[in-house]
Amino acid sequence: MATGGQAIDALGQFELHPVFGPIGASVRFTQSNLMMLIGAALILGLLYFGMRAKAVVPGRLQAMAELCYDGIHGMCINQIGAEGKAFFPFIFTLFFFVLMGNLLGLLPFSFTYTSHIAVTFALAAMVIVIVTGVALRIHGLHFFSYFFPAGAPKLLAPLIVPVEIISYLSRPVSLSIRLFANMVAGHVMFEVFASFIVMMAGAGLIGGVAAIGPLAVNVILVGFELLVAVLQAYVFAILTCIYLHDAVHLH
Amino acid sequence: MRFTASLAGTLLASSAAFAQEAPKGMPQLDFHNPLTISQVVWLALIFLALYLLLSRWALPQVADVLELRAGTIGRDLEAARAAKAQADAAVAELTSATRAAQAGAQAEIAAAVAAAKQAAGEQAARLNARLEAQLHTAETQIAAARDAAMGALRQVAGETAGVVVTKLTGMVADAPRVEAAVAAAMAARKLSAGAA
Repeated sequence: MATGGQAIDALGQFELHPVFGPIGASVRFTQSNLMMLIGAALILGLLYFGMRAKAVVPGRLQAMAELCYDGIHGMCINQIGAEGKAFFPFIFTLFFFVLMGNLLGLLPFSFTYTSHIAVTFALAAMVIVIVTGVALRIHGLHFFSYFFPAGAPKLLAPLIVPVEIISYLSRPVSLSIRLFANMVAGHVMFEVFASFIVMMAGAGLIGGVAAIGPLAVNVILVGFELLVAVLQAYVFAILTCIYLHDAVHLH
Repeated sequence: MRFTASLAGTLLASSAAFAQEAPKGMPQLDFHNPLTISQVVWLALIFLALYLLLSRWALPQVADVLELRAGTIGRDLEAARAAKAQADAAVAELTSATRAAQAGAQAEIAAAVAAAKQAAGEQAARLNARLEAQLHTAETQIAAARDAAMGALRQVAGETAGVVVTKLTGMVADAPRVEAAVAAAMAARKLSAGAA
C-alpha cells in the first residue's frame, strides 16, 4: 500500500472498514469481524469434515483434527492438572481463535484481527475474569491469600501485597500487548519492505535489480511470521493454562 | 519476540518520519472510531458462538471417536490376552499329557521286565527242585546198592574165613568168633554195612 511520493503508509492496513455494504455498515460489521467468522468456520469445518468419517483408523483430515484435539487436551491436562478437562473447550476455542487470526492475517488482502489491541485486550480481559471467577468459586475468600505468599514476614505485607496485586493485574496487559505487538510488528515490516520494493523498482534499472533485496527479506519474513503466528497463539493459550493452574491450586 | 517488537518500534518511528502524517497515529488506538468498539462486540458474539458450537457439538464428536478407538484397542488387547492365556493352557495340557504318557510307558516297561524276571526265577527254581529230587533219588539208590553190597561182603567174608579155617586146621570154625573177627577186620578197614 505504498502511496505516491516518498511516503510509506505502514499503518493503513490496520484501518477498519465496514463490509457487506449498507447492512454491514448499519451494524458496524467490519472486515476484522468477517475474518473472525471465516476463522471460526475453518475450525468448525476442520472438525466437522475431519470427524465425519468417525474412522477407527483415521484419514489425513481426521488425523489432523485429532491432532488438534489431542494437542490442546494434553496441554490442559499437563498444565492445569486433572481439573484441566473442564477448561479444555475454552482453551481450545481460545487457541484456535488466536491461531486463525494470526495465520489468516498472513494471506494477501486479508486482515489480522489479532493486530488490534481492542481485540487482544478483550480476549485477555475475558481470560483474567474467568481465571479470577474460577479461583473465587473454588477457594472463596481464601483466594485473597494468593496476594500474600505463605511464610513471608508479616512486616513486609504492605510492600508485598500491592506488588502481588499489581503483578496480577498486569497479566491481561502483558498477555494482550504481547500478541498485539508481535502481530503489528510483523505486518508493519511486511508493508515497509514491500514499499521498498515498489519504490526501488520505480527508481530505474539499478533500483529494479536491487529491489530483489527487500523481496528476499519479505520471503524470509513470511516464514518467520508463520512461526510467530503459531508461537504467539501457543503462548496465549499456555499462559491462560498457567493462570488457570494458579487459580485452581493457589500457588 | 522482543527483538521483533523493538525492530517494529524503530520501523514504526522511521515509517512515521517517512509518512509525514504522524498525527493520524495507529488506527488500533483510535478509540473515537465506533468501529473499534463494535469490532469487540462482534468479537464477543463470534467467540461465544464458536465456544458453544465447539464445546457442545464439535469437540464431543472427536471425544467420541477417540473413546471408541480406545475401547476398540482395549477390547482387542483383551481378546489377544485371552487367546494367549488359552494357548498357554493348551501348551501346559499338552506338556502334562506327554509327561503322563511317558510315565505310563515307563511303568509298563518296568512291570513287563519285573514279570519276565519273576517268571525266569520261578522256572529256574522249579528246574533246581527237580534236579535236586533226581539227585536225591540217585543218592538213595546208590546208598541202597552199597548197603546190599556190604551185607553180601560180610557173609562172603565169614563163609570164606570158615572154609579157610576148616581147610587149614581141619576143624569146624567157631561161627561167632569168625563173625567177630570179620567184623573187627572190616572195622579196621572202615568197611561197615552202616557206613554208606
